[in-house]
Amino acid sequence: MKNNSFKSNEVMLHTVTRIVTFIILSFSVYLFFAGHNDPGGGFIGGLMTASAFLLMYLAFDMDSIKKALPFNFTALIAIGLLLAIFTGVSSMLAGDPFLTQYFRYFQLPILGETELTTALPFDLGIYLVVIGIALTIILTIAEDDA
Amino acid sequence: MSNLVILPILLPFIVGSFLILFAKHHGIQRFLTAITMVGLLLFSFYLATLVYQEGIYTLQLGNWPAPFGIVLVADMFATMMIILSSIVGVACLFFAFQTISSERERYYFYPFYLFLIAGVNGAFLTGDLFNLFVFFEVMLIASYALIVLGGTKYQLRESFKYVVINVFASILFIVGVAYLYSVTGTLNFADLAIRVAELEQQGVLNVIAILFLVVFGMKGALFPLYFWLPRSYYGPPAAIAALFGGLLTKVGIYAIIRTFTLIFNHDPSFTHTIILALAGFTMFFGVLGAVSQFDFKRILSYHIISQVGYMVMGLGIFTPLALAGAIYYIAHHIIVKAALFLFAGATEKITGTTELKKMGGLLKTHPWLAWLFFISAISLAGIPPLSGFFSKFALILAGFEEGRYVIVTVALIVGLLTLFSMMKIFIYAFWGEQKHTEQQAKMPIGKLLLPIAPLVVLTIGLGFGAEPIFQYSLQVADELLNPSVYIESVLKE
Repeated sequence: MKNNSFKSNEVMLHTVTRIVTFIILSFSVYLFFAGHNDPGGGFIGGLMTASAFLLMYLAFDMDSIKKALPFNFTALIAIGLLLAIFTGVSSMLAGDPFLTQYFRYFQLPILGETELTTALPFDLGIYLVVIGIALTIILTIAEDDA
Repeated sequence: MSNLVILPILLPFIVGSFLILFAKHHGIQRFLTAITMVGLLLFSFYLATLVYQEGIYTLQLGNWPAPFGIVLVADMFATMMIILSSIVGVACLFFAFQTISSERERYYFYPFYLFLIAGVNGAFLTGDLFNLFVFFEVMLIASYALIVLGGTKYQLRESFKYVVINVFASILFIVGVAYLYSVTGTLNFADLAIRVAELEQQGVLNVIAILFLVVFGMKGALFPLYFWLPRSYYGPPAAIAALFGGLLTKVGIYAIIRTFTLIFNHDPSFTHTIILALAGFTMFFGVLGAVSQFDFKRILSYHIISQVGYMVMGLGIFTPLALAGAIYYIAHHIIVKAALFLFAGATEKITGTTELKKMGGLLKTHPWLAWLFFISAISLAGIPPLSGFFSKFALILAGFEEGRYVIVTVALIVGLLTLFSMMKIFIYAFWGEQKHTEQQAKMPIGKLLLPIAPLVVLTIGLGFGAEPIFQYSLQVADELLNPSVYIESVLKE
């Protein structure tokens, strides 16, 4: 890596990554929200977000991506787990059994009539856990020196 | 409609997730884990008394009615197991405070510990076959992490085998679930029990029953499938080995007892005869392994195997008295086995070895350790005033009543050999000439004995308070032998 005489200038890879990452990220967010009525959901959305991050790690070097994505991925696992659990606990506070789902229809500015459910924060928890675990695994192996 | 039932799972799970955020702060980790475990212990007693007074508690998760949603069931057997898991969890935790290196603590020891407890409690409380699988995996993945944490060469080699065998068992579990689902079309325990009764448990259902016996036998170390246990339990530090030795195999035994009393109880002349034969072989070969070893921890690991045999023997005889004996035996064994593993850890801390031939004379330098160990050892072997006697007595009495003389003979011989190998430990490690240095002889161990002493007191208490505890076991056994109560309270017909 430090051998400068062989350093090539990867303009193509960098440029394509800059564009493609946005496409992948927006598709992963689409998948995440589609989960209630169409194929998709927290797990596949999280994996796809992780793959977008992974593409960035592959195209650029470790340090500059760490600056761009200043997350502690291990903490992300904990936050995701807590979010998922507290969605369940919130229904306990209302006097219903653990993990009872509530939903209601709202008039939102752009989307029109939308069904919002408490399954969504639960899914967001899964989404965060999946991103956190995928990137923890990959980065731990990548940073492991022989 | 009682959210109390889920608290034994939820409490360690929340605190465990929360502690991931504070991996570097030992103080917070220890404090919160200790508070959680002690709270869990108190709560489990509260839940058990509630269930004892008011009958089975169920919780339909997400407010879906029983056969369609996931249901958690707290009956007397499950709440008793939760009390035991909390007792062992507290004792091993306070022992771990003294012995676990800060290196291990930093790498998420306490979160994994709490996740393990959450998985074990979940496996006890669930009323759904696939959910049981999920909680098995929660427990196993946490145990993989705990068994390899530290990364010594021995641990890496043996935990690889542990992971491989358990992944294989999990695959078989899924295959069994798939077969059972395709035959009956349901996964809820209560609903399964009704449908298997309608099909009168013939042909393919017997095959599935044996498949589940193989799966849970692999987790619970029954006769042909116990080969992984002694080596993998030798690797991790004593606090972890005690937790595993006390709890993990007993989750497999719990699953066997649950499935073969609730679901597959219609053809006992076939299934329960196989179970009885396996029990005999498990007892005998387990204790032979213990007799042949000269290592403190390895002897104890082989004893786990032989004693798993006694519990399954109670299920194989399949009378109220035998099942009550098996339940009493589980309670006695979890407590005593955890205590013995902690003793192994304490002696290892003093002498720096687990090989019996390199120890000696601990009786003079550490009398408290020696005599407390002696009490646990004879309790394990089944000497009258202590808890091991009454549980074995009930099993053997039930065996005579049913005319199963072969298994009774095996059980009596195994008891003798157990006593022999425990006395071997006592004679080599505690009697004889002092083989450890003067510096080691002066090592204070009061703090190490503090978490073990309650376990020893408990085994004495279980022995002297045998009458009420045996009544309780008989009630649990009655509940297990009348699955209609369980089915009605889950399905609310």
